[in-house]
Amino acid sequence: MINIELKNVSKRYGDNEVLHNIDLSIEQGSFTAIVGRSGCGKSTLLRIIAKLEQITTGELNFSSNEASNPKIRIMFQDDRLLPWKSIIKNIELGAVNPAVAKESLEKVGLIDKQHDWPDQLSGGQKQRIALARALASNPDILLFDEPLGALDALTRIEMQNLIEGLWQQQKFTSLLVTHDVTEAVRLADRVIVIDRGAIQLDERIDLPRPRERNDKFTYYETKILNQILEG
Amino acid sequence: MKKINNWYNNQLIPWLLPIIAIIIWQILGQYKIISSSILPTPFDVIEAAIQLTKSGKLQEHVWISTQRALIGFFIGGIIGFILGLLNGTVKFFEKTTDTTMQMIRTIPHLALIPLVILWFGIGESAKIFLVALGVMFPVYINTFSGIQNVDRRLIEMGSVYGLSKWKLFVNIILPGALPSILVGIRYALGVMWMSLIVAETIGADSGIGFMATSAREFMQMDIVVLTIVLYAILGKLSDVIAKLFEHRFLKWSPVYRKK
Repeated sequence: MINIELKNVSKRYGDNEVLHNIDLSIEQGSFTAIVGRSGCGKSTLLRIIAKLEQITTGELNFSSNEASNPKIRIMFQDDRLLPWKSIIKNIELGAVNPAVAKESLEKVGLIDKQHDWPDQLSGGQKQRIALARALASNPDILLFDEPLGALDALTRIEMQNLIEGLWQQQKFTSLLVTHDVTEAVRLADRVIVIDRGAIQLDERIDLPRPRERNDKFTYYETKILNQILEG
Repeated sequence: MKKINNWYNNQLIPWLLPIIAIIIWQILGQYKIISSSILPTPFDVIEAAIQLTKSGKLQEHVWISTQRALIGFFIGGIIGFILGLLNGTVKFFEKTTDTTMQMIRTIPHLALIPLVILWFGIGESAKIFLVALGVMFPVYINTFSGIQNVDRRLIEMGSVYGLSKWKLFVNIILPGALPSILVGIRYALGVMWMSLIVAETIGADSGIGFMATSAREFMQMDIVVLTIVLYAILGKLSDVIAKLFEHRFLKWSPVYRKK
């Protein structure tokens, strides 16, 4: 059981304050989305949790019953597959063992591509491989840094369903950074709006899964969108 | 995709120009338009090659030159590779040695010949030293810059996945730098033959360069031209081998995967 806890976290690059006194705690196994305009600091927040960036002031804690270091993985905007390794070898890089690698390649439905090179795959397929690689390492926390941003609309929907399904199976804590409000409402239990380095809105999405685009969905969507647009 | 089938995609086409040149050369020599004391005909050169092969001299000299080239190449290549690796991966080495290396690199290594002869005489070590020195820098520079230019995003991914320093090196840094390293090796092979030719022409009692200088003293034009042809063949051969390595190690790249 792992919670992510940020206390009074600020991040500065020189004089430029990107994040200002962020207080946030994320429950184990939940799916949280962080939305905001470009440059609002949402990606920085994700990179801080992934320990790719240092905090200027404040605290980041992972409280856990098992008292072990949580395994954190990221799906980046780009796939970041190693071009010199076959698909299966790429997944094995993150995998606990080769059997798990195969299994997670099956989960994303690309087992027949296991011996291909990454550049023989389409953009959507590559992101599915990146997802399989992250899953194969059996993460406690999976961070998504706009991983679907570069995909076409249809592939996006497929990927959203895939991510949702796998999250329901494996129950890793998910944190999705996106600028797409519909995607956030479609996937997350909780949507956080960040603007000018601070949390402006923290909204629970109380909708049954799988989610449909009904009036309640639109209500959340409009509320969040208005918050972003009006600032 | 439409299959491109232009007439010049034939495998023999690259050889057309050299063959035509040789035929013209033969005709010009045969009809005494060019005197054989200026340029012997291709048949003369081939005959010289046959004569020297029969006496065993040709194989002996080629073998000695090849040995020198390879020993020098491995010594220089390994030193350049290791220095490139150290400077590319460890900041301390880069800070302390890269500037020095870049300074020494700008000296044409063949300018050191007088010094090398004074140090080593005209024995084997002088030639091997020159080849090694010439080979070292292209391998060094390409290894170093290859490592520096490995995609940072992939290294970041590796660290998110908790790869150890060694695993990061083996799985990401080295394969990422390999295309550049192979370019360095290919270039170094050219430098290798060039350094050897110069070293052997200046002072040697065996090898292809020696064959050329002693033939010159006896005005044996056919042998002089033969040695030039030999260098061309050996140079092309090492380039082919380097290309094979590229195809073997970079088969993941679409550039090398296509036939």
